[in-house]
Amino acid sequence: MGFMDFFKSSWGVHPDDHKRPAADAAARRVPVPPRVYIPFSQHVGAPARPRVVVGQHVLKGECIAEAQGNISAPIHASTSGKVTAIGEITAPHPSGLPILAVTIDSDGDERWIGTEPIHDPFSLAPADLARKVAEAGVVGLGGATFPSAVKLALGLRSKITQLIINGSECEPYLSCDDRLMRDSPEGIIGGIRIMLHATGANEALVGIEDNKPEAIAAMRKAAAPYSEIRICPVPARYPMGSDRQLILELAGKEVPSDARAADVGVIVHNVGTAFATRQAIYEGRPLVSRLMTLNGDAMANPGNYEVLVGTMVSDLIAFSGGYKSPAARLIMGGPMMGSVIPHAHVPVVKGTAGILAFTAAELAEEEARNCIRCGSCIRACPMGLLPLEMANNIRADKLDGAEQLGLGDCISCGCCSYVCPSRIPLVQYFTHAKGQLWAQERGKLRNESTKKLAIRRTERIEREAREKAEAAAKRKADKAAAAAAAAAKKETTGA
Amino acid sequence: MSQLSIARAAPAAAPHVPGKASVSRTMFLVQATLVPATFYGFWLYGWPAIFLFLLTVGSCVFWEAACIRMAGRLTKPQLTDGSAILTGWLLALTLPPWAPWWVAVVGGLLAIVFGKQVFGGIGQNLFNPAMVARVALLVSFPVPLTLWVMPTPITAAGAPGFIESIHLITGTVAIPDAVTSASLLGHAKTELNRGIDLVHAFAGDHAPVISWIGARAGSLGESASFLIAAGGLAMFFLGIISWHIPVAMLLGVVIPAAIGHAVNPARYLDISAHLLSGGVMLGAFYIATDYVTSPSTDKGKLIFGFGCGFITYVIRTWGGYPEGVAFAVVLMNSLTPVIDRLTKPRILGRDKRGRPLQIKD
Repeated sequence: MGFMDFFKSSWGVHPDDHKRPAADAAARRVPVPPRVYIPFSQHVGAPARPRVVVGQHVLKGECIAEAQGNISAPIHASTSGKVTAIGEITAPHPSGLPILAVTIDSDGDERWIGTEPIHDPFSLAPADLARKVAEAGVVGLGGATFPSAVKLALGLRSKITQLIINGSECEPYLSCDDRLMRDSPEGIIGGIRIMLHATGANEALVGIEDNKPEAIAAMRKAAAPYSEIRICPVPARYPMGSDRQLILELAGKEVPSDARAADVGVIVHNVGTAFATRQAIYEGRPLVSRLMTLNGDAMANPGNYEVLVGTMVSDLIAFSGGYKSPAARLIMGGPMMGSVIPHAHVPVVKGTAGILAFTAAELAEEEARNCIRCGSCIRACPMGLLPLEMANNIRADKLDGAEQLGLGDCISCGCCSYVCPSRIPLVQYFTHAKGQLWAQERGKLRNESTKKLAIRRTERIEREAREKAEAAAKRKADKAAAAAAAAAKKETTGA
Repeated sequence: MSQLSIARAAPAAAPHVPGKASVSRTMFLVQATLVPATFYGFWLYGWPAIFLFLLTVGSCVFWEAACIRMAGRLTKPQLTDGSAILTGWLLALTLPPWAPWWVAVVGGLLAIVFGKQVFGGIGQNLFNPAMVARVALLVSFPVPLTLWVMPTPITAAGAPGFIESIHLITGTVAIPDAVTSASLLGHAKTELNRGIDLVHAFAGDHAPVISWIGARAGSLGESASFLIAAGGLAMFFLGIISWHIPVAMLLGVVIPAAIGHAVNPARYLDISAHLLSGGVMLGAFYIATDYVTSPSTDKGKLIFGFGCGFITYVIRTWGGYPEGVAFAVVLMNSLTPVIDRLTKPRILGRDKRGRPLQIKD
């Protein structure tokens, strides 16, 4: 810590990382389960549209649902076998609501569909590369699951100068990115080179938290031949892996609150995404499996596992060796931002970076107390917000007040809740308020469209009435004219 | 456990790991850092001081429990957060060590009921509860609140014994004139008001002196200025308080004191007299840093702290009271919401006024 750091306010928190021993254990490949359940919605954006029917035999890597809309991603069969159902399963989401998924009974052959590897991607136009990545169903594997091709294609619209590769893995307990960087650094670097070409960026900065020295060393070695790729250790601090924070740390650029990273010439991709991109191009293989972490005190064998998308969490945990003590909570993702899953009968999806089984002792839940205005949340907030003031506004139902204080800038990282000595679930307040505001916005839009429809209806009724009246008047006039004409005729003939 | 065991999912949201901070832990640590200064005070002022301390803390806890019960919020976390003990502790440290028992009881009532619970309990009060009590006691009962005694260490021959101390604090025996003494700030004020300048006021043998080890008349907690400061530093290193308020408050006293004393030493006390007497140390490290009643941003803390220090100096130098820390803190407390509003931190990606940053080409 330098002398000036003393005066610099610092954002973020330093939770115990709990990454080892899981990170140090060799990654294991989970065998093909008898049955996989592949949801159609595994990404941000519109769900993919099914294109298989029940009873159909599919090959591994076969597209079973295609992207629909501008922001979407196709879904591929993660193993070969027969489609036995297309129906609802429990979503890997706290709500436990049903979502649509394809069920494939594996035939155990793991037969791949014919792939079209590209051996010289640098001869391809960036747009074609982005299309290949899109076809492979690659999404952001850091957890955001934003379709990667959409981000790659941004390079065609905005001038991208820097590519930031996120290997920070700031969430405690998770180590799949760490493991991937240690085991397949060449694969990641290969993916980064494709991304550089696709976006037209001049350089790639790979941010890795300094609590992963093995990963830093491995990546440095793999990146050595390429001067345009720099490995940049960053201090271990949560949420370093948040895009705005990482961009500020590595590129020294502050993304305006109403802009995207691409607007300042930067694009952020996760190391796992880079690896998946390389596979999509050099091997022509779509994203059907991923490396993920099993961790938590209740887990018998914490470690990293290569899992087919659609594998039931229960199958995965059973393969790993089950629980060693009762799990009080199952979490998908990291402990800071991950979500509770209702039970283990939910599938692993593309964005699943980890499954954590926590014991009650690990959760150490406590009742919330009154705020003592200690200001810890303000110091911790990486966005410079006033969490305690926002929560006070929300509690008093003053959503506008919270919005003025910057609710919209909240990234839901959970630092405020983490440091709160009164254990106030601050981030829950914010999530609730954001949902309320979103619902209000939707309601407003709906009201407006209803109003428009009503106005149009009134207009139409008026118009119809007018037209009717006009028609009647015309008929009447015609009749009168005809009668007059007849009378005149009569008169003339009668005369 | 079998593979089929289903984890029970309580409705819960991230983050799923708790931080280490807790209100009780914070209150406990603050109290722990106060122990050396408090025990030194006990040693200097003997049994009456110990009784006064216990009565004040006891009164605060009693009123806290009574209020919470009346409000129907009698729960364990409400009672065990340790905040009432801390309020009583801090109030006791600002009282004359041989003050009568009812000062402690009434002080606890004022601090907890009028200073805190009427606002809605912990975290809701606008003013520092201990300072509300201290100010109210001082303006209501000026005589017992300004009756200081010279330290007679508990081990010394002349120190009052256990029984005698009970008589002293219950008022059945009056405090002998021989042990009473003016505080340094009080002496300076009285003499200046009589038209005697400071050079002559402090010339005599009986005049109070600055004692670096606290061998002088004063409140229970002020004698041990260095131990108070050490406790404050400990709180800083434990991460309980930031440096902003203490440093700013001390500067708020030191800067005008340095200027004033340099200009006219016969009229203005020097820096060490200001820093080491009265409640500046306790105020800077323990009173003004109260989370609830001080601003929450770093910049706000600097403004608040400097204000506390400067107003203290103004009251001491030109006001009617010899000491002004309590008044200064209460006055600045009332400005806290405004300071908070004016020193909002800049949001990442926005300018100081909250507009989105412009993209530079």
